[in-house]
Amino acid sequence: MRVIGALLMREVLTRYGRHNIGFLWLFIEPMLFTLGVTALWTFSNAHHGSNIPIVAFAVTGYSSVLLWRNMPGRTIGAVEPNLSLMYHRNVKIIDVLAARVLLEAAGATTSFFVLSILWISIGWMQPPQDILKVLFGWFMLAWFGASLALLLGCLSERSEVVDKIWHPTSYLLFPLSGAAFIVDFLPPAAQKVILFLPMVHGVELLREGYFGSFVHAHYDISYMASVCFGLTALALAQERYISKRVTPE
Amino acid sequence: MIFIKDVVKQYHTRHGEVTVLDHINLTINNGEKVGILGRNGSGKSTMIRLISGAEQPTSGSIERSMSVSWPLAFGGAFQGTLTGLDNLRFICRIYGVEFESRIDYVQEFSELGPYLKEPVKTYSSGMRARLAFAISMAVEFDCFLIDEIIAVGDSRFHEKCQYELFEKRKDRTMIIVSHQPDFIKTHCDKAAVLVAGKLYAFEQIDKAMAFYHEHSVTV
Repeated sequence: MRVIGALLMREVLTRYGRHNIGFLWLFIEPMLFTLGVTALWTFSNAHHGSNIPIVAFAVTGYSSVLLWRNMPGRTIGAVEPNLSLMYHRNVKIIDVLAARVLLEAAGATTSFFVLSILWISIGWMQPPQDILKVLFGWFMLAWFGASLALLLGCLSERSEVVDKIWHPTSYLLFPLSGAAFIVDFLPPAAQKVILFLPMVHGVELLREGYFGSFVHAHYDISYMASVCFGLTALALAQERYISKRVTPE
Repeated sequence: MIFIKDVVKQYHTRHGEVTVLDHINLTINNGEKVGILGRNGSGKSTMIRLISGAEQPTSGSIERSMSVSWPLAFGGAFQGTLTGLDNLRFICRIYGVEFESRIDYVQEFSELGPYLKEPVKTYSSGMRARLAFAISMAVEFDCFLIDEIIAVGDSRFHEKCQYELFEKRKDRTMIIVSHQPDFIKTHCDKAAVLVAGKLYAFEQIDKAMAFYHEHSVTV
């Protein structure tokens, strides 16, 4: 934990420095993303197939994309530039990856909460109906993102194909991830297919927490948890494999 | 004590598996100064990284019953965009050492003065080497691993490092890797020679020297 803490501080300093607003960028950057998407969706009157207010729809949707997508984005290729740190026995691959995952999670979470509180306080959004469900959905999405990030971070060390594939994949997954639609709106056949994607369950749960009876959510958290569990196990196995073979620079 | 038991280290290369260390054994007692001689590319640095625990052996085991440093005198562990002070802070954090009390020591020893608060990427190579050495000495270990430490700064700073390491810390265990027999002879009380992946240990330095000379010519 001490090592992860040290890596966190180091990561914050190297990424944001001590200039101007420094580490505030950590959550201001995702906030700008979410704000932009909210504005776009509002003005284009995006069809999402329900009478959910568009601001709340965009905030819940896009924030959850940022949460599961940014973590792998930061862990892919994260080992290479930190190889010189591996000279220190107590710095492990998992520490380097965990520090980045935690930082991304903190950024996306802060952005989501700050925006929600902001919109709620000026009346653009209603307060969530069941805050525990919201938190649970958020947690599941974070787990999914973190386990995926650890796995891809390790795999990217073995093959650069991972990095190349991730960009198109994450881009294509965004419209399928449940962020820009609700499952109930889809035809039943499409629902079945889309529910193979684990993050859709998390977004649906999150939205049920926010909007309650407004929406008819489709999710199976035990399915999502099994996928996350599987990813976590695979990631840890890969981490062991990589650790055994890492050569410090 | 450090026990190196039957350690093998192989690397993947384009032309297949290369065995760098081939079933090597060595026991290092507390307080001993052990030199490891070998020509360039004989696996000395690999061996020191394995002892430090930065790398894992392909097979065999390494047991440490004392605190062991990272391989010293390598200047590359710095994040260039961070200041010297931030780098010190990072090292102190990962080794669980209190940081504030080390600042003065590092500032004084490295002779960096106000540059300690500037990004490392603005340093000259001599300044980096001074910072590297000062930070290495800021964390105390029972055993120091020294990888070709010779060329640190100018001759006056070099002497200062020698004193700091070999005089003030002469009670510690040291493992020194070098291709310069004279350096090993000055600082070690026993030595081992790496030839073609095998390690040959000698109780007397002179025998190790003779063996090294014989094999560095013929092999």
